[in-house]
Amino acid sequence: MEKRYEAIEHTADFGIRAYGDSLSDLFTNAAVGMFSSIADLTTVDPIHKRDISVTETDREALLVEWLRELLYLFSTDGIILSRFDIGHMTERSLKARVYGERYKQEKHTLHTEIKAVTYHGLEVIQAKGGWKAQIIFDA
Amino acid sequence: MSEFWQGTLEKVDDWRYRIPVTYKAGMKVPGILYADETLLKDIVRDKAPEQVANVACLPGIVRHSLAMPDIHWGYGFCIGGVAATDPEAGGVISPGGVGYDINCGVRLMRSEITLAEIKRRIEPLMNRLFTGIPAGVGSKGDIRLSAREERRLFVEGARWAVNKGFGSGEDLECTEAGGALDDADPSQASDRAYERGARQAGTLGSGNHFLEVQVVDEIYDEDIAREFRIFKDQVTVMIHSGSRGFGYQVCDDYVKSMVRAMAKYNIQLSDKQLACAPIKSPEGAAYLGAMRCAANYAWANRQCLMHRTREAFEAVLGASWQSLGLLLVYDVAHNIAKFETYTVDGRRKKLCVHRKGATRAFGPGNPELPARFQRTGQPVIIPGDMGSHSFLLAGTVKAETETFGSTCHGAGRVLSRSASIRACRGRHIDRELLETKGIIVRATGRSTLAEEAPEAYKDVINVVNVVHNAGISKRIARMRPLGVVKG
Repeated sequence: MEKRYEAIEHTADFGIRAYGDSLSDLFTNAAVGMFSSIADLTTVDPIHKRDISVTETDREALLVEWLRELLYLFSTDGIILSRFDIGHMTERSLKARVYGERYKQEKHTLHTEIKAVTYHGLEVIQAKGGWKAQIIFDA
Repeated sequence: MSEFWQGTLEKVDDWRYRIPVTYKAGMKVPGILYADETLLKDIVRDKAPEQVANVACLPGIVRHSLAMPDIHWGYGFCIGGVAATDPEAGGVISPGGVGYDINCGVRLMRSEITLAEIKRRIEPLMNRLFTGIPAGVGSKGDIRLSAREERRLFVEGARWAVNKGFGSGEDLECTEAGGALDDADPSQASDRAYERGARQAGTLGSGNHFLEVQVVDEIYDEDIAREFRIFKDQVTVMIHSGSRGFGYQVCDDYVKSMVRAMAKYNIQLSDKQLACAPIKSPEGAAYLGAMRCAANYAWANRQCLMHRTREAFEAVLGASWQSLGLLLVYDVAHNIAKFETYTVDGRRKKLCVHRKGATRAFGPGNPELPARFQRTGQPVIIPGDMGSHSFLLAGTVKAETETFGSTCHGAGRVLSRSASIRACRGRHIDRELLETKGIIVRATGRSTLAEEAPEAYKDVINVVNVVHNAGISKRIARMRPLGVVKG
């Protein structure tokens, strides 16, 4: 596996392109990409854990829902997530255990507030030898 | 930068360009862009005009899909767009046509203080404002709401804050819609929305939100300025914020439910983010009920923020806000959907007007305006970027006939966030603003400052000149920043 994720340029908003050898690898990298935009993950210790379970109609909707759930944990509990262990996964459902640390002003650096994960330009495709996804955030 | 837009644009006059209805299959009405030649060069640098054409495909859209001169690319709908739909003709409501930050808006407070009187106190004032106003990513305030209290706030809007002692009845009269939309339905907001709303009333947020202490440095229309209680060298305060996490959650919940509902109503659109449902459908009604709660939340929020601002002035200047003349000029929403009546094809119709990054601009004589603005038209507040001027305009009758009573909302980005951060690498934007313009900046994060650097935005004066010259609003006064609080 080469690059895990990269930023996408748009004037008003921004997004990420994520890559993965498998679908679960892709979803993990998309999550890391999103949280790297939110905060500097190098100072985040994975001391709090949460279990997540998502079911959707297709893999695009599943990716949006997965990221929405993670964003929700950050918005309400203030947990910056840095580690994502996806357990069982199909194209329509996944279960994961995720880890992070509650935001502390003296320890962590926040970057951008992501308001939401959008459906705009959403893509989850099988590329040669792996998977590729595009997600645009509203920030 | 994304590639240039190469679609068809017909010049109507120096301030208007048309995307013909024949440009794209599925367009029900033409698109109209308000711009001059200079702004147009920026506008076609991204796909925003294509989004204007996409919006022209919405079921029940009436007359035009409109774009203001500060238009820029958004997800689904462009930012700076206005679309009116007819509920009696299958017209739809779209959460994406309002935006995530429901009732993001601006309020302008005036004072009896002149620049000379406050000059040496600006730094302590900015420090006091910075400590007194919760700001930054996910900022939480000291106002904690029970679910019961939230429901009350969702229905009462700014009045909820005034009843708590945060302001006066006159503040409500100087707020669009009196600071609350009718028919807010608290039962249509999700548990998650309640959860996110509980701690964020009275917080500024981050991104492009700000609180600015300004001075009036130019008056264009003495007569109307006097009516708005505005004079040269006067200190003013501008507050730009919205419905915070509550609004984001409402939008998020309903984009999702409408993506699912589109098949049911046989609506096909090129972009899922345009997801919509008929106004007269259970999904449409549910969103409208929840959206109004969020709009009211935002008005309560800005009312609380203004109250904190008044407290800061009182603490630093040692006088009551009443004696300092700290009165609200006006508060406008620029991400909202509202029902308003217009004449279409010779008939009066109640339409659902979506304004996403556009400001209402009612002219003199509009029955929705309070007596004090009957002669002048509604005050319209246009914030500039951190280093530049902001403007006070007045609405016009022409806006009501041409743009469903709408005008621009701000400067509009020209650089993406990451491009702006790259351009600011190794620089100290706060120090630059202080040294070159004497503006005191207080911010929670350096990256917000870099994202929001002055060069990331179009010059707001060009945007204001277009709406003024096109006649959809009128220039009244210009304000220059003295100090800024950023999230």
